[in-house]
This record gives sequence, structure tokens and C-alpha cells, in this order.
Amino acid sequence: MIMFKGLISIFLAGILTENFLLSKFLGICSFLGVSKKLNTSVGMSAAVILVMLISTAVTWPIYMYILMPLGFDYLETVVFIIIIAALVQLIELLLRKFMPPLYNSLGIYLPLITTNCAILGITTLVIDNTLDPMTNYGFAESMTSAFGSGIGFLVAMVLFSGVRQKMETCDIPKFLQGLPITLIAASLLAVSFFGFQGLVDGMLG
Amino acid sequence: MWTYEILVPVGIVVGIGLVLGLVLAIAAIIFHVPVDERIEEVIEVLPGANCGACGYSGCSGYATALCEGSAENGLCAPGGAEVVQKISEVLGGGAVTIVPKVAMVHCNGTPQHTTKKMEYNGIPSCSAAAMMSGGAQTCQYGCLGFGDCVNVCEYDAIHIVNSVAVVQPEKCTACTMCIKECPKSLIRLVTLKEQATVRCNNQDKGALANKVCKVSCIACMKCVKACEFDAIKIENNRAVINPDKCTACGACVAVCPKDCITLYASEPRSITA
Repeated sequence: MIMFKGLISIFLAGILTENFLLSKFLGICSFLGVSKKLNTSVGMSAAVILVMLISTAVTWPIYMYILMPLGFDYLETVVFIIIIAALVQLIELLLRKFMPPLYNSLGIYLPLITTNCAILGITTLVIDNTLDPMTNYGFAESMTSAFGSGIGFLVAMVLFSGVRQKMETCDIPKFLQGLPITLIAASLLAVSFFGFQGLVDGMLG
Repeated sequence: MWTYEILVPVGIVVGIGLVLGLVLAIAAIIFHVPVDERIEEVIEVLPGANCGACGYSGCSGYATALCEGSAENGLCAPGGAEVVQKISEVLGGGAVTIVPKVAMVHCNGTPQHTTKKMEYNGIPSCSAAAMMSGGAQTCQYGCLGFGDCVNVCEYDAIHIVNSVAVVQPEKCTACTMCIKECPKSLIRLVTLKEQATVRCNNQDKGALANKVCKVSCIACMKCVKACEFDAIKIENNRAVINPDKCTACGACVAVCPKDCITLYASEPRSITA
């Protein structure tokens, strides 16, 4: 029961308090790039969730059972980047073969994800949390954290695409048009997410 | 111990790289999806403007549709005859003849000819003005002159001359961007050849059309009777010339009491005058 409660709190923290886009500021490039329309932001988020889960499932054991016992933890970033890039390629191949509709809808987002800092972020973050005696993640917690962060990515993308669609019809002063007003809107959304601080702990006591 | 500290990390990274590379190489063979190679070739041939004139989502969409056989060759307006020829070479089909087309603004109503029903001080764009009870002119069909078409033209081929949009045929690629933009649907593609064209789109009855503009078509039938080749018809209270039958003899231009028919390639009279 305690274990279950811990997983739920990790999951909710990934969505609300430790949202990747809005409180960790990782993956901002895709956040600003593809959040113009609802369907593209959902497509991108679906790809991110998928890659986050799979890459965490692969990198966590590699770190824990190969790199750390041998004492080469400093290779973390290099190895993780290679693995993520190869995984994305593999997923692309598999999707094209077995799920063409999904491949078409994810399309250009999959290669984009290869260099997305949110993916590298989640893989190193769960390692940090695993090594930290305070949190002491296991494999289950790491996967939950990855899934929660992915859902958090989706939530932030969908919310922000709504905001941007509203902004389309606004009369924005010329010096703020384009990226400036987008960044301001993103910061306001981030501030509103700041209000979730302490919510998860309070909820699960 | 320096060998251990250097060689093992190198070994690990190289090993992971090799394993991943092998897996990817094997996966690429196992999960190979046959792709029509012609699609790439057709994309190469297409202009790459992604203008959407063909009705597909960009050049790659059109190329895919062409190779699947669901699209006709010759829909690429910016590419013209040359691209059509190259596509048919790639696809192995027979030669297709394509008549070059060019956009034309079917209005000559400059401020000297039309009257205004109000002073319009709103957003300077045709689409906004059109929403404001159809624009400032008394003619509900005429060119609004704010140049929405000028803004979308990628080829600098359309300009506002004396408050009416005019297409420069030598620059126009018939990409249809301006046609989609015009809120009054004044711009249409016409065959690129010497011919007479009616530069008016007023579909009101003659008396009304006469009142609002000095160069409007009032459907008086004079051109229809003057035409020896049966090329002119009255449709929706305005004359329409069939380009296939028109020989550019100029008979209709001479008889038009409202000066709204011009020979194509000659400058519209109301603008030069």
C-alpha cells in the first residue's frame, strides 16, 4: 500500500509539481515549436511519452548494472544519448512496419525527439533519484516517473496549444507579435503551475 | 591502472555503439517497408514551393498521390509545362499537353469609375473591408484595392495600380494563391494567349451595374451579337468569353459601350488612361 501510494505521488508530481515543461524548463524547443495546433501537440506528446518510457526502461538497467558497478558513471550522458538516438530509430522502423497510421501521425516528431532534452532529462533524473537516499527509486518508481513526466508533457502541450489558439485572434501589439507573446504566455502558464507546489504531498499526506 | 580507466570506457561505448548499430541494421532489413522510389524522383522534379495549388498537402503529398495514381498529372500550376513533362517521364506515362494559364483580376473599377458609399477607415485589408457591408465601393463585386492578393503573391506578380489589382502575366506562375485570397473571387485563371476578356464581375442586372460603375458589364448583348465565333455568352448578368473559341479579333472590344472588354496583353485602358 505504501509502495502504491509512493508510485501515485511520483506520477502526480511528474504531471503537476515537477512538470518538465513548466517547472523544469526542459524540452522548451518542442513546447514552443509544435504547440500551435492541438493535433500536432498531441502527436508530439504521444511520441514523447512513448520514447520516455522505452528509453527509461533501457537506460536504467544499463546504468545500474553496467556503468555503476564498473565505476564509469561519468559516461552516463554519452551512453544515454547514443541509446536514445538508436531507440528512436528503432521505434521509427517498427512503427513504419506495423503501425503505419501511427507512424504517419507521429511522422516528423519522432526524429525531433532524438535531440529533445526532456528525454535525456528524464533518464538522468530517475538515475539521480535512484542514487539519492532520500527518494531511493527502484525500476518501478523510475518507470512511473517517466510515464508521469510524459503525461505532464502532454498536459502542458495541450493547455498551451489552447492558449495559443486563443491568441491567434487577439490584437497583439506589433513588438510582441510572434515569439515574445508566446514566451510571456508560457511564463504565465508556468507561474500558474507553480501553484501546484505542495499539492501532491498535501494530498497523499 | 590507466589502461583499465581508458580502455574499458572506450570499450563500453564502442560496444554499445556496435550492438545498437547491428540491431538497427538488422531491424532495417527485417522491417523494410517497400517505398515507391518514384515518389522521391517526383518530389525532385516538383518546384518545392508547397503552395497547395494542386489541392494536396504540399509537393510531397502531390508526389505520393501521383505515384499512387490517385492524382492527375498537370495539377502543378507553378511548375507549368516543363514540370508536367518531367513528371510524365518519371511516371512513364505519355506526353501531356498543358495549356499555360495566368491569373487575371476581373475588375477595372478604379476610383475614377466607381463611387463610394462610405469612407472606410478600418483595418487596411480586403478581407476586413469585405466584411464591412461589402467594402467601401457601391459595386458589391469590385476590387477593394487593399492588396491582400499582393501580400500572398510569392512572385511579385500582382500589384495595386490605381486602387485595382493588376497581374503581370510574365511574372505570374498561376499558383492560385491570390485566387484563394480574394474575398470577392475576382481573380480567375485564364488561358495564356491573345484573347478578349471581360474585366468585370458585376452580376447585378444591367441598370444596377450601370449605376455603380462606369466600366461595368451590363449584359447588353452587344458583344454576343458582334462575335462571329460564338465565343461570348451572358452568364449571371455578365458576359463570359470562351477562350477556346476567341480569336482576339477585337470586334467585341469595339462594340462594348462600357469599355469593360479588353484584349489580353494590352494594358487595361482605364488604368493607362
